[in-house]
Order: sequence, then structure tokens, then C-alpha cells
Amino acid sequence: MTGDTKYLEVHWWQVNIKKLKSKLVITVAVLFILFNVVGCIGQNEKAKLSSSINTDTEPGNALDQTDWPEKLKIGRIASPAEIAAKDIDVRPDGTGLPPGSGTAIDGKAIYLVKCASCHGQTGIEGPENQLVLSPKAQATGKKQKDSKVIGNYWPYATTLYDYINRAMPFNAPGSLTSVEVYNLTAYLLYANKIIKEGQLITAKSLPLIEMPAKNKFVADDRRGGAEIR
Amino acid sequence: MQTIVVEGQKYDNFSMMEINKEETGDNPIQKSSTFTRRKLLLGGAATAAVVLVKSSFGKMVQTAVPENIYIPADPTKIPGPPSGTLGTRSPFENPLKKSSATSSRTPLQDLYGTITPADLHYERNHAGVPAIDPNKYELLIHGMVEKPLVFTLADLKRFPAFSRICFLECSGNFRTGKEEMTPQEICGLTSQSEWTGVLLSTLFKEVGIKPKASWFLAEGSDAAVMTRSIPLKKGLEEGMIVYAQNGEAIRPEQGYPARLFLPGWEGNTSVKWIRRIELSDQPFMTREETSKYTETIKDGKVRQFSFDMDARSIITYPAYPVQVQKGWIEIRGIAWSGRGKIVKVEISTDAGKSWLPARLQGPILDKAHTYFRHLWEWRGGETELLSRAIDETGYTQPTMGQLINARGNDMGGYHLNPITAWRIKRDGTVLFKPENKS
Repeated sequence: MTGDTKYLEVHWWQVNIKKLKSKLVITVAVLFILFNVVGCIGQNEKAKLSSSINTDTEPGNALDQTDWPEKLKIGRIASPAEIAAKDIDVRPDGTGLPPGSGTAIDGKAIYLVKCASCHGQTGIEGPENQLVLSPKAQATGKKQKDSKVIGNYWPYATTLYDYINRAMPFNAPGSLTSVEVYNLTAYLLYANKIIKEGQLITAKSLPLIEMPAKNKFVADDRRGGAEIR
Repeated sequence: MQTIVVEGQKYDNFSMMEINKEETGDNPIQKSSTFTRRKLLLGGAATAAVVLVKSSFGKMVQTAVPENIYIPADPTKIPGPPSGTLGTRSPFENPLKKSSATSSRTPLQDLYGTITPADLHYERNHAGVPAIDPNKYELLIHGMVEKPLVFTLADLKRFPAFSRICFLECSGNFRTGKEEMTPQEICGLTSQSEWTGVLLSTLFKEVGIKPKASWFLAEGSDAAVMTRSIPLKKGLEEGMIVYAQNGEAIRPEQGYPARLFLPGWEGNTSVKWIRRIELSDQPFMTREETSKYTETIKDGKVRQFSFDMDARSIITYPAYPVQVQKGWIEIRGIAWSGRGKIVKVEISTDAGKSWLPARLQGPILDKAHTYFRHLWEWRGGETELLSRAIDETGYTQPTMGQLINARGNDMGGYHLNPITAWRIKRDGTVLFKPENKS
């Protein structure tokens, strides 16, 4: 067949390429030897050349830091005052809570002015996230589907303070005083039947509040592998 | 100087073109009277275009040009516009994100590879995209460290850098409910970039982590002051502070000027616009990791700190809204796993009765979108196309039924990675087969 004869033909340009190829092989070999000889001057370089190419694709082997200095001395030291100003988080043990206190009665007044337009007059209606358990859910103890309400889904009371303080109200985040945040926290805990109406919420009492949802939370048990979890 | 005459008007320095697709109602480009008249004359059938041109006063103006005028019949007979200072897409290509108030989705069906163009990268924010002056940007690392330090953006860029191609995916990346859904609508909250920055391990070495530290808080400087607690182990192994995406500075929507990046983990943990890292010996139990990004499973339990994104795939072609013709079709799509490399993608062209391995496009990277292809002859019968990803841990992408079996009927809406099926109708119409949660 024509296809076969074509395959057998050797064209002049193929010959030339073969010649070129052999020249290239010799050149590369010479260069390689030269590199190795030069590399003998610095043992380190030679070791790098003779080892396989180290591509920085995965962080594990990416940056060989053995020849780095202990510290690169980049960045400036943060002062305690600067850290205190920026460190706004509140932890479950109460670390980070400022001095102050609040009550549900005072909190309700603030809630109606600053929160109700998004979360509803009683924290149930929305249109944004429902905060308070509906009377039906409170009566039956049954969780409404997909409602992640403070009374049935928030495992730590301190998270209320932290979140209201950092992100609320949505249209003016960071605008509340610590007393306002304590009052709102107290109101939302009361509205969810977690504390009594007159109970004072302080930096000491807030971390001690046991939230109804706490025992629901479990660590992720997915581990890869064949099992679907 | 090049001059273009549009219906009696003269424009100089023809420099940039943008098409106006009439069906795209959500991102209207200014329409001139020329456009309207043309549309009326041709009964709305012709695709007109909008071009940016320099007026005789040197000002850029936008105007509509009918296609037959600015696209010459023979492009070899008219010199094109000169080189410019910023590249643009062809006026014939108009990929767009699909957006809501808090997120926008990558048009997966419009892409041919695994790197998402930065302007099409999915978005999810909790209080908008903040505007941050890079000259005022600072990252504070403190808490259980030997020496609390503040880094400017320039400082971060001075550190030895590292680049890595990885996907990012929102843990809420699943939508269903109707047949007329595109890959973008079903799972467009995933994208891939080459991320460049400094390894967290490098920064942690600089501040000196105290032996008892086991978690750190990452805090953003958006209006939500987004916070997540991250196990220190993950940060040391492969966490990064990234300031570049696909070679250029990271986009504002992606965290400009710098964000945390945790390969393979739910997108929310890769806190954008990061301003503070605090080392601790326990998690901080922020709202996002307690009452937000957690999901109900069996027995009334709530799964917390479910960081890893399990393996998933989706066929992006053929997919709604395309209509296919009989004959050979290359089925295409992407597969990924937050737990490592994709080792196999299987395709079924008979509604799951039999499975064949797809060809994987190399290089296959750890925790990265991997492109797959499978050539298939469609003879005109009604059928379903499915894909399932298998990762290096031996995990096989489950069906929705398997997920419900494992997590119960009340399972939450996060970390849903079911096999996606496309129905091929006799007329070649491709429809999504909705998988209902319960």
C-alpha cells in the first residue's frame, strides 16, 4: 500500500534531524560534565544537580528551609496596647469579655430599635435569620427544620456576645457599646427561655450558662476512604 | 489612525469591543439609540455589539455597532486595532457569574480547563466586599507565640513565596429542584486558581509558636469581621497567606490584599481580607463554626468542624441548556477532592447500569480540579449521563441516597456532593435530573 511505502521512505530532512540530534546529545553531555566539574568547587551545588529535580508542587517538600536563617527578621513587634485594641474575640471560657453587664429588659428596648427590622418583632418572624424559638417549638421541644435558632442550635452563650459585637447590626457593624451588647445578649437568652427575665448577664455569668444545644455538637467523623459518612 | 464609520457617525481609535447579549438581562450594557433602531429593524434577531471608542475629544465612549460593520467579511483586508494596555475577551464570548446578594457562581459550563479566570471565580461573602488600601494593610499574629508580630503587605511579599494550584469550594455548594439547571446553578460555588503567597509555617516560624498552641483564629477585615478557628496542624502543613491569584494580585472579591488559604477545606475557612491570627490551645467557637457552617446528621446530632471537602465531579458538557445531535460526543467535566488527588473518574452513559473510566487530563494535582473526558456515541435513545469521582483515599463520590443513608433524612445542607445525572431526551435536549434531599 502507498501508506507503507511512504513510511519506509527516508527523506533528506529526516537524516539532517538525526545528525542534529546526535550533535545535540554530544553538546548536552559535554555541558553536563562541565557542570559536574564546576559543581565540585561547591559540594552543595553538585548535590542539588545530581538529585532529582525538586519541583515546588507540594508544601511538604516545597521549601527546603534547612539553609534558611532561624529568623528572617521581617515584620515589626506588636505592642501590648495594639494587640489589646485588635483582640476583640470572646471565648467560651469568657476570655475577652469586657467589664459590664446587661439585662433582658434593657436588651428588649435596644432590640426593637436596632434588630427587629431584620429579625422580626419577637425574633421569630424574620425576614433575616430567626433568633428565637417559636412558641410551638418551645412547647413541643421539637426542632423546626433548618432553623438554627439560639435556643436549639447555639452551643455557647459567649458566641452571642462575640458575634453581636463584631458583626451586628448588619447595617452598622461594630457600632454597639459593650453595655448594649450585654443587654442584647441577655434579651436573646431570655427570649429563648434560657435565663430568667431579671437575670443579670456579666463577664462572669455569661460563660457559665449552659446552652440547650451544647450536647448536640459532635466532631466530624468523616475520614476519607471507602465509607460514606 | 483607524476610523470606523457607524451609521453616519465617525469614531477614531477603535480600541475595545464588548458584545451585548440581548438575553442577558441582569448585566445590561448601556444601549444607544443606534442599537434600539437596529434591533427594531431586524426584529430583534441580529446580534448587535457595543464598542468602546475614543471620540474626537479623546474621551472613551460606548456605542452600539451592528455586527456586520465591525466584523469585516474578510479580516485579512482591514488592519485590526493596535495593541492595547489591557486584554479583553472576544466580543463573541460572554461568560458571566450568576449572582445573588451574598454569592456568585462560576459558569462551569463555559470553561474548558481547570484554571478559573479570576473575574469568574466564585464569590461568597457575609457583609459585602471591603475596600482595603494595600498601603494600610496589616496582619497581626499574636496569642500563644514567642514574639507577636505585625506584617505589612510588603513584608508578606518579602518572605520566601510559594505557589500552588488548588480548588476552592463553598461547603454549601449544592442546588437542586428543577430540570432546567446548569452546572453553574447546581455547583458553581467552586473555582480553581494558582495561589501565590507565603506559607503559614514560614510566618509561624518567624513569630515562634508556643508548644501548647493547637488552634488559631483567623479574622477578616470585612464588615462581618469573619472568624474561623483552624487546627494549627492544618496551618503548619499547608496553610498559606496568599496575595496573588493566577499571577496577578488577588481580586477584591477573593480577599485583596491578602487572605488565608487552606487547600481542600470548606471555602469559609480560607478567611478573606485577613487581618489577625491568634494562636490558642482551643477553638474559639465563633458563630460561623457553631450555628452556621455545621450540619445536622443522624440522631439529632450536629457535625462540627467538618473541614474537608469530599470528592466530587460534574459533567459540564453536555449539560443543560445545550441540545446535542446524534453521533460522537465528548463528555467533559471536572472532578476534585479536598483529601488529595483524583485517581479515577467513571462515566455512565446508561443511567448508572455500567461505568467506564474517563480519561484524566494531566497534571493531576493534589486538592485540585482535574479535567476528565470520555468519547461517546449517542444513537438517539433516551438515557442518563453520570460521573463519579474516586480519590486517592479510596473514596467514591456517593449518590444522594447514600448520603441520606449515612446522615439521615434531616441532614443539613452542607457538604453535599452527590453524583449529578443529566437526562438526554430523544430530541437531544439535556436536562438535570434533580436529586431531592428527602
